[in-house]
Amino acid sequence: MSATVDTHGHDDHDVHHHKETFVTKYIFSQDHKMIAKQYLITGVLVMGIIGILMSLMIRMQIAWPEQANIVFEALLGKWAPDGVMDADIYLALVTIHGTLMVFFVLTAGLSGTFSNLLIPLQIGARDMASGFLNMVSYWLFFLSCVVMISSFFVEFGPAAAGWTIYPPLSALPMAQPGSGSGMTLWLVSMAIFIASSLLGSLNYVVTVINLRTKGMSMTRMPLTIWAFFVTAVIGVISFPVLLSAALLLIMDRSFGTSFFLSDIFIQGEVLHYQGGSPVLFEHLFWFLGHPEVYIVLLPALGITSEVIATNSRKPIFGYRAMVLSILAIAFLSTIVWGHHMFISGMNPFLGSVFTFTTLLIAIPSAVKAFNYITTLWKGNLQMNPAMLFSIGLVSTFITGGLTGIILGDSALDINVHDTYFVVAHFHLVMGISALYGVFAGIYHWFPKMFGRMMNKNLGYIHFWVTAVCAYGVFFPMHFIGMAGLPRRYYTNSNFPLFDDTIDTQSVITIFALLAGAVQLVFLYNFIYSIFKGKKAEQNPWRSNTLEWTTPVEHIHGNWPGAIPHVYRWPYDYSKPGHDEDFVPQNVPMKEGEQELHH
Amino acid sequence: MTALLTIIIVLFVAVAIWQLVKIFDLAQAGSESSPVATDKDNNINGYLMMGFLIFIYVITIVCFYYLGDLPLTSNAASEHGPGIDNLMIISMVVIFFVQTVTQFLLHYYAFKYRGEKGKKALYFSDNNTLEAIWTGIPVIVLAGLIIYGLFTWNDIMDLDDQEDPLVVELYAQQFNWKARYGGEDNVLGKANVRLIDLDRANILGVAEDDPNAQDDVIVTELHLPVNRPVLFKMRSQDVLHSAYMPHFRAQMNCVPGMVTQFGFTPTVTTEEMRQNPDIIDKVQNINEHRVGRQAEIEEAGQDLTYQFDYLLLCNKICGRSHYNMQMKIIVETEEEFNAWMAEQKTFANSLNK
Repeated sequence: MSATVDTHGHDDHDVHHHKETFVTKYIFSQDHKMIAKQYLITGVLVMGIIGILMSLMIRMQIAWPEQANIVFEALLGKWAPDGVMDADIYLALVTIHGTLMVFFVLTAGLSGTFSNLLIPLQIGARDMASGFLNMVSYWLFFLSCVVMISSFFVEFGPAAAGWTIYPPLSALPMAQPGSGSGMTLWLVSMAIFIASSLLGSLNYVVTVINLRTKGMSMTRMPLTIWAFFVTAVIGVISFPVLLSAALLLIMDRSFGTSFFLSDIFIQGEVLHYQGGSPVLFEHLFWFLGHPEVYIVLLPALGITSEVIATNSRKPIFGYRAMVLSILAIAFLSTIVWGHHMFISGMNPFLGSVFTFTTLLIAIPSAVKAFNYITTLWKGNLQMNPAMLFSIGLVSTFITGGLTGIILGDSALDINVHDTYFVVAHFHLVMGISALYGVFAGIYHWFPKMFGRMMNKNLGYIHFWVTAVCAYGVFFPMHFIGMAGLPRRYYTNSNFPLFDDTIDTQSVITIFALLAGAVQLVFLYNFIYSIFKGKKAEQNPWRSNTLEWTTPVEHIHGNWPGAIPHVYRWPYDYSKPGHDEDFVPQNVPMKEGEQELHH
Repeated sequence: MTALLTIIIVLFVAVAIWQLVKIFDLAQAGSESSPVATDKDNNINGYLMMGFLIFIYVITIVCFYYLGDLPLTSNAASEHGPGIDNLMIISMVVIFFVQTVTQFLLHYYAFKYRGEKGKKALYFSDNNTLEAIWTGIPVIVLAGLIIYGLFTWNDIMDLDDQEDPLVVELYAQQFNWKARYGGEDNVLGKANVRLIDLDRANILGVAEDDPNAQDDVIVTELHLPVNRPVLFKMRSQDVLHSAYMPHFRAQMNCVPGMVTQFGFTPTVTTEEMRQNPDIIDKVQNINEHRVGRQAEIEEAGQDLTYQFDYLLLCNKICGRSHYNMQMKIIVETEEEFNAWMAEQKTFANSLNK
């Protein structure tokens, strides 16, 4: 590849001269490693904790409907008079939980942390292509977080139209309290968020294309980088469409246009809107919304590829097939959005087309799952916490992915659309799987980020309890969905049809509470290890990739001397003819040694 | 008070975790305390992987045993329903098989090849035959499912072949449903929300001067004659709603500004369905649950004893009372239906003068 740039000549003087103040080092930092940590703390930890707390409150309301609860009273205040959750705030919690987890935790948190940390370190670059844009990207993200959370403090509460914010519900303040100023803040927050995401993604794309070190051809890139790169490309293609949808919705809400609205009679009066269509919004939303699933999932799969190969002490099986399947998933992800809309009123023929494209995407997904399993085969598996989470990811990816065959099939979707079956499906395949990816990434690269090791025993407790609870929560949920219980119901105690599901709902909630509690173990481990963890060696997992050739102490520019050259792919684990069971990428080929993976 | 309680609970959890860490640290004091997995860790976690595999199988079996009667995969009450149910069962069998095998391989390999000092992994990076096999198998299986699925879908959605369907408008508003029948001419009068006139009780915005509208009948309980095709025209006056009739395997969104449609033929009357052994079991089960919550139910002013009825549910988030937006559906014989219809007021007669 001629695109690799040798950056050795001019940058060595950069490394030593900058005098850093507290502000430039910790707050307005342009260093990708610091920005990664900022994303980790803001995106994954803070927003993650808020998002999980909301999900637990939702679960408590479902299992013990309309009962007074001190947790509600303490956390929701006036939204839970006498400790009984209000029906409007229930929908708001559902909405903001979805928004936070999908966008803030698993898009910005996941990509922001690991793309920022790993892209320069693994391709051999001093920093991102533009450190300044990177900083702006983080601070825009921070601002969008503040705006989103502030919507809890406006008079009528936050947006409550579901994370998909379909108009007219989201467009008409008289339709529900949450569609007032809360919805405005939601839209503003998302517009800022998208700007942040685009700046970040452009930076990742440019960096990967231009700043690879000598010898780092595209086919020698670790699969993490492939995943981050393709994710960024999908983001650049699809996020602007959501931005346009959000802007048009703002126009409809505030300036009287009729892009998405027509013929509406509400609260005794006819509104002036004429000629728009809510279905148009659904198309625009899901044109981002579906690729978004892969924006969430691909980085997690990239992390898993790296962690499984390293800890299996074995090359990832079928590197080329893995890259091709990432590309195939990325391409297909942009032409399957209609499977969210089979019963939206669009032409049934379109439904057929989208069924076809949707089920096609199962093929590259299956290839990935089989390749992970084959990578384990005859390996020498090192059961570090990161490895457990990666294996767990493959497990939930399979369980959750398989039910996609039902939901992607338009005829079957008729009866399970928008039921708990869907909730179970996407939580397993993108929620839990992507979260496992985040955890695997944190356990694996913690030494790189903080120079210390996390406690592995706490990691084991964290994984096993979480893994059992994840299945305990989402496996029975499929059955409730197939019984026909719609999602987003505040309670179903007003009609007896689903009364036989209530015990199952309670069991699910207990598993959820337990899963929530065990995250405290992780939180404790994380914070404790930052300050008191065992000091890390330079390459604790005996890994091949370039980030482990940098010193443990972070320095500006990553490598104190010249950037290492790359001579081989990153998966030469247990290669015959070498004494050690790993051969880092910067080790030159021996005489007569062959690159076996091509 | 609650704040204090919360703080105390958090403190207890923190202390418990701290103690746990101490125990782990003490347990490792004698041996080497490596932050990286040792052979012992590999061993324990390897066995736990097998344990987890068993857990997945057990939870599957337990769910099917205790919750297996929940899924709507039999007793469909519409003509196209069994087609969907068959496709569902075939898909479930495929999923169940793939799930069992792949989860076994994943967890068994994680156990079998757990690490050991001095062992060396096999350098095995590529094999085109294997890749071709597991690309090819999903292609074939999915092709089958896609083709079957598309035939079923087209069959359901193609409404042109319906013979003499009963035309019914489903009208959604926050937070209730109305149904409008075409009356004797079986033709719905024109309607638009701009024509709503609450003073004259024209709540659906039906065109008062349309001759086809005069004999229309507007009701709040949906009655359907058995074995006659029904063509539903859906409208919404305010936000998106979705008309979901799970027992008929039917669902379609109601979209303000446009008319959507769905059609099916009900095949089982409400009375017949109540006599169905599966439904009798289900109702009995539900009633046992309800006895346990007697006080609560009576306080809410509901009947304690549940009797089976078909239900139309709203299945698109539509605001505060979304969860409570249902309409009862009654499927009955042609005669019963006609008798019921004869009792209803026509649109022309229902208007305030």
